[in-house]
Amino acid sequence: MTIKRGVSLYSFQEEYFLRKMSLEDILATVAKLGIQGVEIIPDQMIPGYPVITDEFAKRWHGWMDKYGLTPVCIDMFLDWNKFKGRVMSDDERRDSITRDILNANKLGCTVIRVIHDVSPAILEPLAPIAEKNNVKLALEIHAPSYYTSPLEQELMAMFDRVKSPYLCFTLDLGVFCKKLPRVVVQRFVRDGMKQEIADYLETAYNDGTLPHDNELGKRSSNLGDIVLSMGGREQDVMLAYMGTHMIYADSSVLPQYIPYTSHIHGKFYEMLPDYTEYSVPYDEFMPILLKGGYDGYIDSEYEGNRWIQDAFEVDSTEQVRRHHVMLKRLLGEA
Amino acid sequence: MFDRYMIVGEEFKNVKSGGEVTGFQLGLRLPYYRGVVLSLVGDMVIKVDGEQVPLEDMSVTVGGKTFPLSGLVKETVSKWEFGDIGILTVKKPGGLKPGEHKVEYSQHMKISYVPNGFWGSDEKTLHLAA
Repeated sequence: MTIKRGVSLYSFQEEYFLRKMSLEDILATVAKLGIQGVEIIPDQMIPGYPVITDEFAKRWHGWMDKYGLTPVCIDMFLDWNKFKGRVMSDDERRDSITRDILNANKLGCTVIRVIHDVSPAILEPLAPIAEKNNVKLALEIHAPSYYTSPLEQELMAMFDRVKSPYLCFTLDLGVFCKKLPRVVVQRFVRDGMKQEIADYLETAYNDGTLPHDNELGKRSSNLGDIVLSMGGREQDVMLAYMGTHMIYADSSVLPQYIPYTSHIHGKFYEMLPDYTEYSVPYDEFMPILLKGGYDGYIDSEYEGNRWIQDAFEVDSTEQVRRHHVMLKRLLGEA
Repeated sequence: MFDRYMIVGEEFKNVKSGGEVTGFQLGLRLPYYRGVVLSLVGDMVIKVDGEQVPLEDMSVTVGGKTFPLSGLVKETVSKWEFGDIGILTVKKPGGLKPGEHKVEYSQHMKISYVPNGFWGSDEKTLHLAA
């Protein structure tokens, strides 16, 4: 059992978006940084997805050989709202995910990060085809949800019943966000939020008193009212909801859930020059993952880019490099 | 996200057809981190010097194909790829006057896992060459 290091190419999205780096440039950089595993959002960096041409697959595997990399995971999305006036049927949803399974296999990936809004009833019948293609369907646990949230508990019950290693979780480490990232707070102010509101959001997040939504994007808390009562604009309400959905979950319950977890997103917002993360305390939970026998990849997922790109040059390569210096230290690699 | 990159000034120019100036063009990028089928590209609000461009006067060229904006909702296969610059063509006989123009662009993205989707917006003052 070992924890292996990888990176989601999402981390390099700024440079790819601006066409400063091509997919091959990014893969060459990943290899140069001494990172083994590769995760990709096909919709981001494989034009024409969900069609993966044989020609692309050949090039992809050629790059994996050339740079000595291991394909690990694709991140899927389910665009159930893409048809006018109706939502996808269950069969259409399963067809879409089946296509992702075949595509993952074609790219040599053994895990699919399943987006969090896929129901247990959709996933369950897909276990046999996932197994046949040696692709694990790993639904993402992402803040503000955690293992203990209602949907995740429903999934646990289904996993226990079906007992297929091909149905499991991806854990996004953004659930252990101890401090509100300062890159977020600074952006709030640059976007015109009054300093005192930004200060309130930061302080209240950090001392655990900030009202929280239970589900991503669903505004169930009274956070908006508080922001407005402090003289905030409608825009500040939006910023507050978007920027504070992180949670600081209880990592002590991790061991019981590790057997259900096949993949991990190493979320980070800002790697400091001293190789620590400003807001996510990797020192706290990495020992738990190691001791608990987590057997899989931790793929870096740099998400600070979107908070600083309005004012600063994003240097994804340096951020990912620092993240892996930290991971190596915590994993006891030389 | 990517808001500041949404309006691409380099593509801002009047367009001619048969010797007549028939309108103008603008380069646009979507404020989202993956490519999406065009039916997920929601309302697009473009204002030039404060005046909103009517929906029926706009078409967008992405991936080598041109689509009227009002028809995007039907396009469930063709994609607007991540970071690609779409060329917006606006019908406007005579085009825009050379010089400075304030351009505003707001884009709604219909992303399934975000209830009601989200908006991105950008605003730039661009120079139209004579």
